[in-house]
Amino acid sequence: MIGAFEAALRARRDAGGKCLVPYVTGGLGTDWVETLQAVAAAGADAIEIGVPFSDPVMDGPTIQAANDLALEQGATPVSILDAVRNADIGVPTAVMTYGNIAYRIGWERFAHSLADSGVSGCILPDIPLEEIGPWTEAADAAGIETILLAAPTGSDERLARVCERSHGFVYGVGLLGITGVRTELAESAMIIARRLKEITDKPVLVGVGIGTPEQAVEVSAVSDGVVVGSAVVQRMLDKAGPEGVAELVGTFRAALDAI
Amino acid sequence: MTMADPVDGRFGDFGGMYVPETLVPACQELDAAFREAWADPSFRAELDELQANYTGRPSPLTECRNLSAELGCRVLLKREDLNHTGSHKINNVLGQALLARRMGKTRLVAETGAGQHGVATATAAALFGMECVVYMGAVDIERQKLNVFRMQLLGTEVRSAESGSKTLKDAVNEAMRYWVAAVENTHYCLGSVMGPHPYPWMVREFHRVIGEEASAQCAALLDGGTPDVVAACVGGGSNAIGIFSGFADTNAELVGVEPAGGAAVGRAVPGIVHGSQSYLMQDEWGQVLEAESISAGLDYPGIGPEHSHLAKIGRARYEPVTDDEVVAGFQLLARTEGIIPALESAHVIAWLTKAREELQGKTVLVNLSGRGDKDVAQMMDIIG
Repeated sequence: MIGAFEAALRARRDAGGKCLVPYVTGGLGTDWVETLQAVAAAGADAIEIGVPFSDPVMDGPTIQAANDLALEQGATPVSILDAVRNADIGVPTAVMTYGNIAYRIGWERFAHSLADSGVSGCILPDIPLEEIGPWTEAADAAGIETILLAAPTGSDERLARVCERSHGFVYGVGLLGITGVRTELAESAMIIARRLKEITDKPVLVGVGIGTPEQAVEVSAVSDGVVVGSAVVQRMLDKAGPEGVAELVGTFRAALDAI
Repeated sequence: MTMADPVDGRFGDFGGMYVPETLVPACQELDAAFREAWADPSFRAELDELQANYTGRPSPLTECRNLSAELGCRVLLKREDLNHTGSHKINNVLGQALLARRMGKTRLVAETGAGQHGVATATAAALFGMECVVYMGAVDIERQKLNVFRMQLLGTEVRSAESGSKTLKDAVNEAMRYWVAAVENTHYCLGSVMGPHPYPWMVREFHRVIGEEASAQCAALLDGGTPDVVAACVGGGSNAIGIFSGFADTNAELVGVEPAGGAAVGRAVPGIVHGSQSYLMQDEWGQVLEAESISAGLDYPGIGPEHSHLAKIGRARYEPVTDDEVVAGFQLLARTEGIIPALESAHVIAWLTKAREELQGKTVLVNLSGRGDKDVAQMMDIIG
């Protein structure tokens, strides 16, 4: 089964392009839905929507701050999914949150609420292969693509299993560390992209530590594209508005299109 | 056996390995290394030697004659407060530091609440010549200044956890984030029976010595018998697991005492945080709630997975006490026995008072997990 999220990325790749998946914190401010639409219009192939969790261990200071602010402003999984359901975003979306948010609601109910809201995929970064079974069973049944992370610390054998189980794309973790903008692209980003491209035909996108169009271009020499999180969310925290965030996404799109 | 080894990293419905993909190989490597070391007599011998001549084990069993007369039950204290560094925490830390060295790791990272685990980790790092970074919530740094200075004195870098509630839970988040970035040369020296597999099991095994000693000491004192009740305070739950492990297969009743503001078992809602599935204080959406306790060491919204299992199968029960009851318990043990307990351990004394009617005539073994020196300044402000 190839879902809408993966289909969009494959279409970009098949056309000779590089994929761009920005991350937007759900429930942050009053114009985050407009931000989703503006980001899509600025050339995102698909979008990750962050559903805030109180204890995001994979996230650095920028996304943590956005999480805390959104929670203070009253964001809940239901308020975010309701808003997404009622919006025409224009590109496929995936929710990125932590295991306990889905577990608390119930694996099946959460999977169905994603599907009902028109969300195509889901990323749960603290639920690794060993524990993903109960979720993927529910997600597969609801037609939700479960996107798995592949880390530099994984053995070849492990990366192969991650690629096998991942749907939507394979999320290559660009460095040993948490999300956040870095001054330079880590060497590990190129290495993980190369290792994954050798073993899978699924789209391989690298995220974590991709903060500038230059870094996106550099890693996309090997990968099929990038996920850009903290840089986008920083713009939201700076109250740049939908146009301001879209402008940043546009610079990534232009840089990737120039490859 | 009631407290058997975990199966697939789980104690019944609880436990597991819920960590970012980056950390999975490190947890698996740790699991394999611990299994191999724990089966190696030379590793055991080296740890035993350290526990005897560095920690000061075995810790004594003290019969509390004055307190017993006052409460109407026979109170025995397992004196983990007399260990080097002032609490049970050193048992686990020496084991993990030895293991980390064996695995070729050069640095330890740890979280700490009251600072007892941080001080123990800093101590082991000094002893083994390892680098050490300890995360502590900004709120806890303020209320446990003495332990912060102690860690610095031992050569450890203390980093303030400024996110969320700025207490133990946030220190765990920061330590895990640090570990994600430094996993190649750093061992995460987790301080309780929580976190991803193998930690809840490994930390239990390192604290099993408490229960084994206490079981033999009680047998000698009670003509081969066992106490009627074995009680310990529970935050993550390491000192309780340690002493419970010596009595799980006896008729002794096992009681964990939780702070009322951090009663994860009391609320009995399962969740997933910090690497494992266990009971967790959370709101209707799964956001983790902030615990509230006078004691920084128990100020934690979760509990180790094996405790959730013991509660669910009915082998142990978990009772809440309030901060006011704890302050009274703290003073009671000082006044009657000349022993100033850690605020964490004072929770159990508070429960003895609260449950005195049901305890009449019974023999109660209390794990006195730590000493109260660190809490004296805070208590000066409270008691005046």
